[in-house]
Amino acid sequence: MSVRVWKIYFNIHAGLIYSFLYFPIIILMVFSFNQERINAVWTGFTFNWYETLFKDAELLNAVGNSLLVGFFSTILSTIIGTLTALGMVRFRFPGKKILDAVLHLPIIIPDIVMAIAMLSFYVFINLILGLFSIIIAHVSFNIAFVAVVVRTRLAGFDMDLEKAAMDLGATPFKTLRYITLPLIMPGVIAGALLAFTISWDDFMIAFFTSGVGSTTLPLKVYSMIKFGVTPEINAISTITLLFTMTLFFIAMRLLRTK
Amino acid sequence: MASLKINISKLIAKKTIYLGISFLLLLFIAITGCSKKEERKLSRELNVYNWSYYIGETTIKDFEKEFDLKVNYDNYSSNEELFAKLQTGIAGYDVIFPSDYMVKIMIDQKLLADINIENIPNYRNIDRKFINLPFDPGNKYSIPYQWGTTGIGINISEISENVTNWDILWNEKYKGRITMLNDMRFGLVPALKKLGYSVNTINSTQLEEAKQLMTKQKVLVKAYSSDTYIDMLKSGDAWISYGYSGDIYQVANNNQDVIYVIPQEGTNVWIDNVCIPINAPHKYTAEVFINYILEPKVSAGISNFTSYSSPNREARKYIKPEILNDPGIYPSEEVLEKCEFLQDVGEATKLYDRIWAEIKSK
Repeated sequence: MSVRVWKIYFNIHAGLIYSFLYFPIIILMVFSFNQERINAVWTGFTFNWYETLFKDAELLNAVGNSLLVGFFSTILSTIIGTLTALGMVRFRFPGKKILDAVLHLPIIIPDIVMAIAMLSFYVFINLILGLFSIIIAHVSFNIAFVAVVVRTRLAGFDMDLEKAAMDLGATPFKTLRYITLPLIMPGVIAGALLAFTISWDDFMIAFFTSGVGSTTLPLKVYSMIKFGVTPEINAISTITLLFTMTLFFIAMRLLRTK
Repeated sequence: MASLKINISKLIAKKTIYLGISFLLLLFIAITGCSKKEERKLSRELNVYNWSYYIGETTIKDFEKEFDLKVNYDNYSSNEELFAKLQTGIAGYDVIFPSDYMVKIMIDQKLLADINIENIPNYRNIDRKFINLPFDPGNKYSIPYQWGTTGIGINISEISENVTNWDILWNEKYKGRITMLNDMRFGLVPALKKLGYSVNTINSTQLEEAKQLMTKQKVLVKAYSSDTYIDMLKSGDAWISYGYSGDIYQVANNNQDVIYVIPQEGTNVWIDNVCIPINAPHKYTAEVFINYILEPKVSAGISNFTSYSSPNREARKYIKPEILNDPGIYPSEEVLEKCEFLQDVGEATKLYDRIWAEIKSK
């Protein structure tokens, strides 16, 4: 009897927490189909805002920039991050502990500190701000995320498999190519997807390091809000949200499978 | 010893060569430096940094087509954001649109380039009223772009009386339905203008009177806000809002019941300007662009889209009559005469600050 009461209580509790977390997002999505321009009242269903969205050249340009930044920063950070993780798990070298601590810094420190640090660095080396500067900034914090994800995957990795491969005559490169990489691939892809998601969502760092012709999607949305939150912004947020969630779920799935 | 001698003579020889090279280099820089000043070649790109939706729908495209170059067009959402980006010195923009007070700050910080007016013959199209303003005397660094006012947004479905002056903000009938701008300078404009004083007064007794008026009004005010009042006015929570013309016209576009009124006692005017940052990579092309947007038809195209007021006298012929005849966008000469730009009040800034704090805290 009391078990059942507890169960009901837990269900209500969980329901309240979920609605607290997701209700605002659901409202945002629902109102992206609202006919009325003013957000507060529901007047009817429409796809209009999605249509205007796909006709807005500036907005599409921003989407293109975000994809470009995401793509390149993901590739670079995945390569560097995976190699870092392999090195950290595999070898002992002087300064390893320091590297271990420093590697997690971009995850721990607030975005704004990272952003200002990147910006002052660019000012120092006199690099003109643009897509390139955003990509570099994104790579620098994404390495940490990729390295952490790949490391968890490596934790359950049986080193004997590598030894066996080498014993059977495989060169170190061949071992990496045919044994190690295929085994940790789910971790690498999960890391890459996570990196892309973070890059796609980033506002703060892009805000500080963007320059000519490099308005990313979050920056564009922010500048649109100056003219009030229209359902167009809801529509674009909905699309972004679904896109990010899909990537995130794929990443999680990959990490769970053996 | 001998080897040292050789070394020294070698060193001298080396030094002479270096000296020669650096001299040639200097000469080269001097020559190219001179020719650069005279350079009047269009670049293939132009980097424009503007507020969102603050240009004509086809202005950029038309410019690209006419001059066969590519425009990189980015947006910012506040003067402060623009300022921060420009201050880094590595932003790379050629054309920016700061507001009046920001132009002053940017000039003081040496962030703006001298505009070569010879490259902008259309400068003469600008109404004399908007030239030689206090924030940039002689218009060395800035060209007027668009202007507006602060005034009163009224919801006419709730308020039937004809509003012509500031008194409505003190009308007790509308208690809890009034919003005011939350800014020590803009916030005092209604009181100062109602009393017939300058919005830039540094006279402490005048400011004291304004303070008393504002304190008396406080019980009627729903909110002091410079941004969220837009939504209150839109949704009908607020009926009377003292705010920026641009904001209120935006509400009016969505809510037919809202109108914008400039009180006949006058108000303050603000103006956004076109400027060129000091380290702009394509300065000449930027000047060509500025000249282009001052063409009467292009300028009118911009104002027809944004519904802000244009300082371009020649453009008026092409501006939609419903915009041109709206006294909220183009006030009569008589009213405009009583409008003022907000100016730096120097030491009195502290006085304004204190008075505003006292009003808010009482």
